[in-house]
Amino acid sequence: MNNEVTNILVVGIGGQGVMTAADILATSALSLGYDVKKTEVAGMAQRGGVVTSHVRFGPKVYSPAIQAGDADLMLAFEPAEALRWSSHLKGDGLAMVNTFAQEPPVVSIGLFDYPDEPIEKMRKMGVETHDYNAGQSAIDLGDRRLVNSIMLGAISDRLPFPAGTIENSLTARFKNKGEALLALNHQAFELGRKAFS
Amino acid sequence: MNAAEPRSADLRQFISGNEAIAQAARDAGVKVAAAYPGTPSTEILEYVSQYPDIYSEWSINEKVSLEVAIGASMAGSRALCAMKHVGMNVASDAFMTQTLVGAVGGLVIVVADDVGLSSSQNEQDSRYWGRFAHLPILEPSDAQEAYEMTRAAYGISEQFEVPVIVRLTTRICHVKGVVINSEPESHTGTGFKKDPARFVMVPGNAKNRIPMMMARDETLKSFAADTELNRIDSGSDTRVGFVTSGAAYYHVKESFPDAPVFKLGFSHPAPIESIRTFAGDVEKLVVVEEVEPLLETELRAAGVDVYGKDLLPKIGELSPAVITPPVSKLIGEAIAESELIPTAQVFPRPPTMCVACPHLGIYYCLSHVKNTIISGDIGCYTLGAGHPWNALDTTISMGASLSVAQGLDKGRAECDENKNVLAVIGDSTFLHMGMQGLLDITYNKGNVTILLLDNRAVGMTGGQDAPSSGLNLHGEQTMQVDFRKLCEALGVKPERIHEVNPYEMPILFKALRQEVKVPEPSVIITNQPCVLTERYSKLPPLKVDADKCTGCSNCLDIGCPAILVDRRETVVKPNGKEKELAFVSIDTAACTGCNLCTKPCAPDAIIPAYNVTKIDAVEIK
Repeated sequence: MNNEVTNILVVGIGGQGVMTAADILATSALSLGYDVKKTEVAGMAQRGGVVTSHVRFGPKVYSPAIQAGDADLMLAFEPAEALRWSSHLKGDGLAMVNTFAQEPPVVSIGLFDYPDEPIEKMRKMGVETHDYNAGQSAIDLGDRRLVNSIMLGAISDRLPFPAGTIENSLTARFKNKGEALLALNHQAFELGRKAFS
Repeated sequence: MNAAEPRSADLRQFISGNEAIAQAARDAGVKVAAAYPGTPSTEILEYVSQYPDIYSEWSINEKVSLEVAIGASMAGSRALCAMKHVGMNVASDAFMTQTLVGAVGGLVIVVADDVGLSSSQNEQDSRYWGRFAHLPILEPSDAQEAYEMTRAAYGISEQFEVPVIVRLTTRICHVKGVVINSEPESHTGTGFKKDPARFVMVPGNAKNRIPMMMARDETLKSFAADTELNRIDSGSDTRVGFVTSGAAYYHVKESFPDAPVFKLGFSHPAPIESIRTFAGDVEKLVVVEEVEPLLETELRAAGVDVYGKDLLPKIGELSPAVITPPVSKLIGEAIAESELIPTAQVFPRPPTMCVACPHLGIYYCLSHVKNTIISGDIGCYTLGAGHPWNALDTTISMGASLSVAQGLDKGRAECDENKNVLAVIGDSTFLHMGMQGLLDITYNKGNVTILLLDNRAVGMTGGQDAPSSGLNLHGEQTMQVDFRKLCEALGVKPERIHEVNPYEMPILFKALRQEVKVPEPSVIITNQPCVLTERYSKLPPLKVDADKCTGCSNCLDIGCPAILVDRRETVVKPNGKEKELAFVSIDTAACTGCNLCTKPCAPDAIIPAYNVTKIDAVEIK
């Protein structure tokens, strides 16, 4: 087992499944015997606000929150949020970004601008960024909530444990929700794994 | 007590502090649990409600929930009451006298501080209540400790006949960690034993209980010195030592893993003499506490030389990033400079109202009524203070919209004579603490137009049930408040009460315009459910006919997050003035067809997304 604590930051906006994805990452690590902590501020999560979920695992985890400059991996469900939280990554940290943009009303009504080319900005800042329009793929697969499993697929080969562990957690999560939904989530997972590789 | 049931091989659960508290209540044999929803404590009672052996309820407000728990404790049973920090303010009247009565069956009050104000109107340190009411405080540092300390709290409560406060913060409530349960116990109620000298707090009796409370303080101080809930983590690097509690403990361990730490689980009354001894073993002692310098002040008063809020902030959450720099500087250690990725400037993403929320139409109307002072309240509708509506002028506390409106009316200056004073309050908040304000307005002949937004749920905390929903905590059918009758009983004239569908904006507008002109109290009740609840039925989604959209941007004034701007243009009108145009589209996958945005759309550019006409329906048939 790796002696270091692994820090994964999952970011997005309310309703995208950020917390579910973080839960699956955390329970996967737990199943391997790691100490795990997961935290988020969820008070306004259902109101379209920013959601960040911190997953930390290792032999012993103290503080639940990942500090700026300490994240090994960032799983970003929205490109502007990816840009916002980039400074939480380590210098050699890795970002997996869903490029499906979601503008908040403050942008729609013209009070603020959505950043131009957020992915390019991240790369210029020195962040190793892998990007894919997981949001559109989820819609094409029939349910935008599948973005969750696509993003889990995206990160599955970058963890200090095999991708199969995540797949098992995904199965555990969806096994009581019908064969069709379970199969669809696994399809989305595989899609993410390939698309981000 | 039953033998332990066979358990699965892995006893490690991955649960939040809130769930751990609920499990502890279950395993401690709690009989009654009561709460009013409030972030970050809401889930405690939701989890408790899954345990059939515990009677659990959503109470009307926090004071009621505490009194229910007090009654159960007087009956000799174990009781739990949970609330957010501001709820404790509401409950404090009962609380401040209950300390004189003490506990019979174990009585545990769980108070969750929203440190950092993720979803609250203020930031408070609930540890003050322990000092104020002479009650012990336990402070878990993670979910496992939340479980263990809640279990321990019942023992302490019964041993010393004292209500016990378990103080949580958001980083305990909502952090998931590994939790292992200990052996469950059963608790047999001792029954209610009449004891008026203890239970009837009239001056003659209460006076006699005060010396008991003072003596109890001393007993608890001795307990604090001996209990295993307080412990020292020895450390090899004695340049600095820490006294800390709650979530801050782990931040300290993360930042200074080799430093000695005096960890307080039983944080009040504090074991001052033990800390004094500990202080002698380290070069410098830093008190790390969220939020106020309570322990620091007590240690200083006792002559213990400590650092604390001279180094650390008195507001917001602590973290390794907050603690490390000032403490490193204190011990003369250079801070490791690492090359950080720069922080990018990105627009804010404040919480918004939901797609199709019935409040959208209400705030659209309110933002189009002139000459108003609008007094607001606590709930989703507080968001009406934001863009694009900017239609709330005050927010203070639960129920304050009505009483503050009464003051705004009675206190109006000459320059405000023509202003219309309105109050906006939700159903659950009205039942929590708003009814009194309405009675005050009617009794004292106030002139306030009240919007009672009845969406049949406690929306902001996730759509919990309330007497307005007709369902209880367990989802069982129960009575449902008739707001029209209630307002009438509180003195509003029947002809001044209107029930309006908030999606029917012209009718709502008309009712508003009519009632603000009437110089007496009136209530407009809106009657459509919260879109997060099962009561809400989605309708077919809408789209924008791009050929018809003139870019007028009227639809954006609704504030629905499903309306997006595709492009902007600036045109010069015939009078030479520039006008900003915004051509829109609708996120059809998010839209649930409430039709609010079609109302201000002059060119009728917003149309059904899917062409299901009556003719199609016949053809399909």
